[in-house]
Amino acid sequence: MTPETLLQVKDLEVTFALRSGKYQAVKGVTFDVAKGERLGLVGESGAGKSITGFSIINLISQPGYISGGQVLFEGRDLSKLSPEEMRSIRGDRVAMIFQDPMMTLNPVLTIGQQMLETVRAHRNVSGDEARAIAMDKLAKVHISSPERRLKQYPHEFSGGMRQRIVIAISLLSDPALIIADEPSTALDVTIQAEIMELLLELCESDRMGLILISHDLGVVSQVTQRMAIMYAGYIVEVGPTAEIITNPSHPYTQGLLAALPGLQKRRGRLNQIPGVMPGLTSIPPGCPFHPRCQSVMPVCSEKIPALCDHGAVRVACHAVTQEARS
Amino acid sequence: MFAFFIRRAGQAALVMVVISLVCFAVQHKIGDPIRDLAGESVSEAERQLLREKLGLSDPLPKQYIRFVTNAARGDLGISYMFGKPALDVILQKFPATAELVFCAVIWVLVLSLPMGIYAAIRPKSVLTRIIMGVSIVGVSIPVFLIAIILIWIFSVYLGWLPSFGRGDTIVLPGGWTTGLATWDGIRHMVLPSISLASLTLPLFVRLIRSEMMEVLQSEFVKFAYAKGLPLWRIYLVHAFKNTLLPVITVGGVRIGTMLAFTILTETVFQWQGMGFIFLQAVERADTSLLVAYLVVVGLIFVGVNTVVDLVYGLVNPMVRVTGRK
Ligand SMILES: Nc1ncnc2c1ncn2[C@@H]1O[C@H](COP(=O)(O)OP(=O)(O)O)[C@@H](O)[C@H]1O
Ligand code: SF4
Ligand SMILES: [Mg+2]
Repeated sequence: MTPETLLQVKDLEVTFALRSGKYQAVKGVTFDVAKGERLGLVGESGAGKSITGFSIINLISQPGYISGGQVLFEGRDLSKLSPEEMRSIRGDRVAMIFQDPMMTLNPVLTIGQQMLETVRAHRNVSGDEARAIAMDKLAKVHISSPERRLKQYPHEFSGGMRQRIVIAISLLSDPALIIADEPSTALDVTIQAEIMELLLELCESDRMGLILISHDLGVVSQVTQRMAIMYAGYIVEVGPTAEIITNPSHPYTQGLLAALPGLQKRRGRLNQIPGVMPGLTSIPPGCPFHPRCQSVMPVCSEKIPALCDHGAVRVACHAVTQEARS
Repeated sequence: MFAFFIRRAGQAALVMVVISLVCFAVQHKIGDPIRDLAGESVSEAERQLLREKLGLSDPLPKQYIRFVTNAARGDLGISYMFGKPALDVILQKFPATAELVFCAVIWVLVLSLPMGIYAAIRPKSVLTRIIMGVSIVGVSIPVFLIAIILIWIFSVYLGWLPSFGRGDTIVLPGGWTTGLATWDGIRHMVLPSISLASLTLPLFVRLIRSEMMEVLQSEFVKFAYAKGLPLWRIYLVHAFKNTLLPVITVGGVRIGTMLAFTILTETVFQWQGMGFIFLQAVERADTSLLVAYLVVVGLIFVGVNTVVDLVYGLVNPMVRVTGRK
């Protein structure tokens, strides 16, 4: 852990105790984020991205729990903190942005109430000071006449505006890390780009770390410096964004890239990866991707591939390691 | 606000028309205004004369119009049981019933809110299991049985609390007789109000718990955790304020139900309220009194519903804004 490391997630395991048994949704996930760095977590729905993101601030809902590993943040293991210590970090040093701004804000409280309560949960300031902070952050996310906005209720805003407000809330305590879980997925296409631009601008100007969770490789590649591709609870490839985009190593990453609309060769249809991500209770043995993989080999259904260095990236794939050896 | 007002007024008018039709039918079918006015011992010839004078041989619509205009002036006929205007009799009994319902509502609120909230945020605790178990039993026991059990335990066996009447009452300026101003009056209030509350309390505990548990699953509660808010604020501000909306709606309906059940409670406890009088009026076929009761209760229903709507609007900003436009 260098002085520039902000967050280090080591061998993180998250387990769901369901009626039919215990299932791991996150399996030995390891990655780190440097101060001011933007990391993407990419993968199809059900890969375990959200669970990974939420477990950083230990906010996994029942029946899930962190069953192993460490979350080192600014020198402390967050997974070992008391509830009160954890509360003081949430929304303060580590803030989150959720997917659907229509659901994130409480419908019966004003924007002002929802912002001020956050400031005052972390800082001992007067109402006026808290209000000044809130208005400053609203201005930062380009919301006009912030004073008036504080008195309004969520339903008086459009989806895009609400997401800006959620972002403003995340900025209230000048966090060192923001975890954004699909922040633009629920919005209109035209507004998606605006929100991503805003996030990028804020992270750069304040040197904030960002974990951007998205199923959309295209979006992530435009905002992040590094990314981790997840599949069925594993990280299957992690490395610099530019490298992964231009030269994907893992067959799953290759499949995701080929399915990007912009990169399609004009064949008239999307090159979707055949098949679907397995559910929590039906993950195949060996490499979890093997039923859908085009480079599948006999060993793939028997042994889980480990994450190994491969040039500038790390990849978990038997085919890649074998090729490197020969 | 204007649209809201018009809508409310329209609903109220509709309810009152229905009530007036029912009342008119009651009076027309089983009422005997001659007896109400002149007593039982009147000759047939005199009756016929009175009938003509009172317009009882007029066509029905004409009689109905007259009934409504009289009612609007506060004239609902004479109660022959009391030999006084029926409306006066009912209104005189109104404070007893209002105080009974008020105290029952206080019981329900004071007990169901903490129990429901606790059961929602500690779903697996022993206390929650007890609360939920008792509430299930409570829902299924009829009010009169609870009343009898309470009387047996607290009046007969322990001898702690009185089991009938209102005790010492005081007449306030304005003519309101209150039983809540004396210690004796309050002691008399305990058992009847608990009995009446027992109808709604378990239902409310279960309603608050299930609504609150649902709200606790919502994204904005998860976001409140992610903002690092203290637990009390998440429970009591974020979750509870949203729980209130359905509770207020159901609460309005339940107040109506409670009003109806005062008939039973008041009879069991010999509580001299509107419900007690109503049952006597039924037994003695005092139609004017029945009609007066129905009209007053109808007005209370409309009033309660309006208040509930207003409170709902206070809690739910979306209603407020549509109202403002
Ligand atoms: N509360 C829960 N109970 C059971 N399984 C869950 C729960 N939450 C998530 N999962 C499972 O965990 C896996 C990962 O979920 P998630 O992290 O939300 O995926 P995504 O990558 O789409 O964000 C999925 O298979 C999902 O079905
Ligand atoms: S390990 Fe085998 S199945 Fe898995 S991605 Fe690599 S080649 Fe495909
Ligand atoms: Mg997700």
